[in-house]
Parts: sequence; C-alpha cells; structure tokens
Amino acid sequence: MIISLLVVAFLPFLLFLGLYLKSFLLIHDYSIIDLIFSKVWRPSRGQFGFYPFIVGSVWVTILAMLISAPVCLLTAIYVTQYTRKWFLRIMHPAIDILAGIPSVVYGLWGILVIVPFISEYLGPWFGVKTMGYSIIAAAFVLAIMIIPFILNILIEIFRAIPTELKEAALSLGATPWQTIKHVLVRKALPGIIAALGFGLARAFGETMAVLMVVGNVVKLPKSVFDPGYTLPALIANNYGEVLSIPKYDSALMFAALLLLAVSLFFNLIMHFFIVKYNKF
Amino acid sequence: MRLSRKIEECFFKVLMILSTCFILLILAIIIYSIFEKGIRSMSWEMVTRIPEGGYYYGKGGGILNAILGSLTLAFGATILAFFLGLPVALYINVFLIRHKKLVGLIRFLLDLIWGIPSIVYGAFGFSLMVFFGLQTSLLAGILTVSLFILPIMIRSMDEILRTVPIGLQEAAYALGSNKSETAFRIFTRQSVSGIITAVLLSFGRAIGDAASVLFTAGYTDNLPNSLLEPVATLPLSIFFQLSSPVPEVQARAYASALVLTLIILLVSLFSRGVGKRYHKTKINF
Amino acid sequence: MDDLMKIQIRGLNVFAGKNHILKDVAVDIPKNKITVIMGPSGCGKTTLLKCLNRLTDLYPELKVSGQIMIDDNNILDAREDIYKLRQQMGLLSQRPYPLPMTIYNNIAYALKLRGIKKRREINKLTVHYLQQAGLWDEIRTRLREPASRLSIGQQQRLCLARGLAVNPEIILADEPTSALDPISSQVIEETFLKLKHDYTIVLVTHILRQAKRLADHVVFMYLGDVIEQGNVSAVFDDPKMEKTKQYLKGTFN
Repeated sequence: MIISLLVVAFLPFLLFLGLYLKSFLLIHDYSIIDLIFSKVWRPSRGQFGFYPFIVGSVWVTILAMLISAPVCLLTAIYVTQYTRKWFLRIMHPAIDILAGIPSVVYGLWGILVIVPFISEYLGPWFGVKTMGYSIIAAAFVLAIMIIPFILNILIEIFRAIPTELKEAALSLGATPWQTIKHVLVRKALPGIIAALGFGLARAFGETMAVLMVVGNVVKLPKSVFDPGYTLPALIANNYGEVLSIPKYDSALMFAALLLLAVSLFFNLIMHFFIVKYNKF
Repeated sequence: MRLSRKIEECFFKVLMILSTCFILLILAIIIYSIFEKGIRSMSWEMVTRIPEGGYYYGKGGGILNAILGSLTLAFGATILAFFLGLPVALYINVFLIRHKKLVGLIRFLLDLIWGIPSIVYGAFGFSLMVFFGLQTSLLAGILTVSLFILPIMIRSMDEILRTVPIGLQEAAYALGSNKSETAFRIFTRQSVSGIITAVLLSFGRAIGDAASVLFTAGYTDNLPNSLLEPVATLPLSIFFQLSSPVPEVQARAYASALVLTLIILLVSLFSRGVGKRYHKTKINF
Repeated sequence: MDDLMKIQIRGLNVFAGKNHILKDVAVDIPKNKITVIMGPSGCGKTTLLKCLNRLTDLYPELKVSGQIMIDDNNILDAREDIYKLRQQMGLLSQRPYPLPMTIYNNIAYALKLRGIKKRREINKLTVHYLQQAGLWDEIRTRLREPASRLSIGQQQRLCLARGLAVNPEIILADEPTSALDPISSQVIEETFLKLKHDYTIVLVTHILRQAKRLADHVVFMYLGDVIEQGNVSAVFDDPKMEKTKQYLKGTFN
C-alpha cells in the first residue's frame, strides 16, 4: 500500500525530472527565454523557436474558453435553478456521453462538420477565404470537448449552495434572476473561477482533436481563420522523425515540459484559490 | 424600472435555455454524424478481418487488429492501474483517515496528476523507452496508459470510499477485526458498485486516448500476440486511415470511429447498469 | 379573543405528491403579538411558515390550495405581486444565512431592493436596523468585513436586521435560536419582545419554555393538523385536547 502511494505521490516530480533531463540538451545550449520567444522553427538547422506553437496554443485555448465558459455557466444555472429534478436526470447521462467520447472522434467530427462549416459558411460570412482547418475550428471543437468537464463541476457547485440562502434573498423581495446574479453567483464565484481554470488547463493540453483540425502550419496566425499549430500537436506530429535530427527529441521533450509546467501551474493556482476563498 | 427588470429576467432565461439546447443539440449532431457516416461504410469484414496488403490504398481487410489491440491494451492498463490504485484508495481511507491534512495533500496531488495532459505521459513514456533502449510495444503502451488512468482510478474510488461512514469502520473493529481486514472486507463490500464504476470509467478513458499510445504502443497490422511487440489501437487506426488521401480508406475511419464510440457507449451503459443493480445489497444509512 | 387579526388562514392544504403535509389548516394570527406555532418535528410548522411568504413556489412538487388573508388580500392568489408580498415580511431561518457580501451590504442590499437609492439614507437606515437587532455596538468598526466572519449568534442578528430592513409588517421566524448559544438566544428573544409592539411576529419553535416566555397566542400542530390554538394562558394552563396535554407534559413520543 505504502509503495503504491509513494509511486503516485512522486509521479509529478518523476515526470518533471524525466522530461527535464531529456530536454536538458536543448536548455543547456539555448536560453529558455530564447526558446520561448524566438519565431523560427527549423530543427534541421538547429533553430528551435517555440513562439508560434505557444501563440497557437494560447489562441486556441482562450477562444475555446470564451465559447464554453458562458455556455457552461448559463446551462449550469438553468438546470440547477429553473428546471425540475427530472431534467437534471436527463442532462447527466448526456453530459457523461459527451465526456466519454474520445478525442479522435471529436477530431473526426470536427473534420466532417466544423471544418466545412467554417470554410463554406462562417468564413465567407466574415468575408474571409479559409480552408476551414484553422484556429477557430480547433477552438470550437475544443470548446465542445471541455464543456462536459466544466459543466459537471459547475453543476456540483451550484447544487452545493444551500436552498436557504436562496430563500433568504427571495424573502427580501429579490426576483429569481437578482438572487442568482447578486447572491448565488457571488457565493459560487471561487468555485466558478476554479472550474474555468481547470477547464483551461485541460484545454491547453488537448492533443488529437486539435491536431486534426488546426491545420498544423508553423506560422504566426494573423486571424482566427488562419491555420496554426499547438504545442501538443507539435509533439504528436513529429515523434517519428526525432532520431534523424540532432536535439530534435530534446526539443519535443521541452515542449512536453512546457505543457506539464502550464498544467501543474494552473491546477496549483486554482487549488489554492479555492482553499483561500471558500471561506467567504 | 420594473419593466427593465422583467426584460433582463426574460433575456437571461432565454439565453440559459438556448445554451442548454445548444449542448443537447451538439450532442445529437455528434452522435448523428458519427452513426450516419459510420454505418454507411460499416461491414462485417471491417470488424472480423485484419488489414490485407494494400489496405491503406483501399484494398480488402478490416480493423480487427486495432479492435483487439485496443481491448487488450485497455484491459491490461486497467487491471494494472486497479491493483496499484485500490490499495492506495483504501490506505487513504482506512489508515490515514484521521490525518486530515495528509489526506488533503494526497488528494490534492492526485488531482494535480489527473490534470496532466496525456501527451505528456506519452512523451515521458517515450523518453523512458529510448533511455532503456526499448521498442514500441504492448507492454510500454500498457505501462504508460496505466500511469495516465491511475489518478482517475484512485480518485474515483476514493470518492466512493469516502462515503463509507466511520461508524461502520468502528463497528468492525468492535467485532475484533484488525485494520487490513476491515479495509478489504467492509470497505470493498460496501462500495462494490462504486468501484466497478471507477474501473469502467478508467477503462473508457484508456481505450479512447490516443496521445499517450502514439509514441509507446506503436502500430501494426497483426493481431497482438506478445507483450513485447507493437500493437495497433483504435484511436490511432482512425487517425491513420483519416490521413489517407483515398476516399475508401477515409470512409473506413468513420466506421472505426463508430466502433470505438459504440464500445465506449456500451461501457458507460454497463457502468450505469452495475450502479443500479448493486445498490440493493448496499446498506442504507 | 377580540384581537385584531393580521393573518387569517382558512382551508389551507399542502400536498407533496401523495403526502398530505397540511390538512385543512385554519389559523388566526393577531396583529402586533407574538404567535408561537409549536409541535413535534415533521408536523408541518415550517411548511406553514413558508406558505406565508410563498417560498413554497420554489418547490414545484408542492401543491398549495386554500386561503391566506393578510389585511384582506388573499396572498395565494396568482395575481398577487410576490416580490412586494415578501417585502411585507422578514424571514429568520433555523441557521443564519448571511448573503455572501460585507456586513454593511447585507443590510444595504435589502434597502436597495426596497427601492432606496440615496447613499446617505442607506447609511442612516443601516445603522438604524443594526441597532434595532442589537448588533450595532459590537460591529460598528467591522462593517466592511465579510458577513461570514461574524459568530453564528451575530450572524443571526444580522439576518434579523436584514429582515427588518425590507420594512416588513410581519416577522417570520423558523426556530431562530436552535443553532445558537444561550446568550445569543436570549438577545434574540429580548429583541422579539421589543419588536412586537411594531410588528406581527410568527415564531415556530419546539422549545416549550421559549414558547411560554414569548407567546401571546399559541398554535399547536400535530402531523399536519391544527390540534388547538388560543391565548397562551388558555392553552398552557388549561389545554382542551388530549394530544396537547400529552405534549405539554412531555409524555409525547
């Protein structure tokens, strides 16, 4: 029992150490600042600039959050405050199914539905010519993927608020929406922010679905209709060739290290945030 | 003043209904498009044969290699993660239950690990393999995936075990059982359904993830026959077939996606069924 | 028994599915008096209280029928403005539920809902209501702190002040001292005795001594029925019904 526990407890450190050692070759030769902010990616000439990938990842993640956060928040409030219990009993399996669908299938769905939709309708509507494989396509697919994850947490949070608090606000003569806006959301705020933070960390690391629709072009995207490239996609796409080019494997491990750091960072921050503000 | 309040009330209610409908609609569209596209290119041959020569240019064969490969890999990883995870979950809830801070710290660590993207596990597994000079293989895939589902397994079992009341533990001690006995008898019996659900949930995760097996399990057109050989997996087979320029091969990707989705839906349906059935033998408090 | 009646309840029935929670209840509640509703738990006291300010609307599974007349308006009437109605009453629940805001804003929010916008008036009234609830002296320097930092007893008095801030005519209190320490309970009780000259107070309790100390009028309920009601001395000293006698003697299970 204790051994298993120790293995688990040290896993994040082990991962960090392992990836750090593997990317050491790269970090040793270049400064981390250079690696992160340099724009040129030519592994065969020893130029490793991660900036385009980081920018791509950030764009895709933030756009995905902008789509899914309001949808999740509104839905969570609706199903916990306005509908009867049977509706939640329908929503739960629906959310479970969405959560269970594997990311390759989401990617496939993105190629079948979202990419054509963007190249044929959304792009022309904004007067843009686009292939469809783009930042916005990836963001949309990603948004759908993290909706069940965020929504589940939000529903739990809103259900945990005691009915009496709602009754207290209503008994002052507040309308249901005023109660939600001024009292329930404020009460749930630390939880809401944490749920979104966890969702963001998850979105940042998502690989396959994004890889399949984002276009995979190493260039700084100028608009959301441009194709892009993300850090996880970089790793997944190039593992096959790593042994042919020197330091390439170190570069990919560095990308993995970045992902790990971002994920740990966000989860840590959100955790402490909950602990600190849960007392309100 | 009153009117504007009413309009605001209405406006947000409409928004809320719209976003709820949006989610349900998206789910319907996903399920519909996967089934509609998948069934058209589905055939008996797809699920009973392995790829023949020239399969990836549209010649005959099926994806049995990937189906069996995925099942083997997911089974292996789930079993491994279960035997690593159950003791941890029990240990936390029996021996450490009085040390609130330590338990909190462990749960926090587990949640951290849960949040790590699967591609990072893949990269880590790959770097270990290179370090030890190993080839991509079923074993490497199982090890990597089991690490990836371990936090999911432990945390969901932990959530179940947490609900077993302390009074029950104390009743067992009062009857003279020692701690390990209590752990394995009382706890597991009280929460069989929850544990099965946790296992099935992890299995679903294991079979659906591509990023962690991409580097470690490799790919092959043969059926899995040894732990040390590469193995095909469904997510990767979908991915590879989809990257083919040949329309027939792409169509097969749709069918493969249908197979994968069906497996996962079945698993989740099954876990719901189990949850209901075992509820009756559980003591209610 | 020729008091002026503030609330008259007639033929009130509440069902939750097949469960008959309130059975044809008829109760009179006199103006500017403390009316105590008592009875063993599960007798429908709390439900009766929730009917009075229509919080029963929150539970779609509850079916409410009958008549509740407050100053000649039937509040169960669908056309009634429930927000105005609820502002006629201050609610005090079993445990204090301060709003997730500062102490000051807990009161100010109620005042704003009442339609008061001028900052100076809000400040003045906030102090006034905190004084009325006997809290002002303890917290005058802590107004900007989150309300959750107060002790439970202080929180309950804050909730009382908040309830008064909507300028109600009626105070509904659902076992308001059950979560409090004896000293806070005493402060709440004393406040009630002061407030009853201006407000009609409906107090639900299962503490007999508290009922005896505070009540002018008593309603005894059992399993959804009103068994007996009347003047406090009439009910306590000379109960008419067998069930009431048993309950008062404490031989009730």
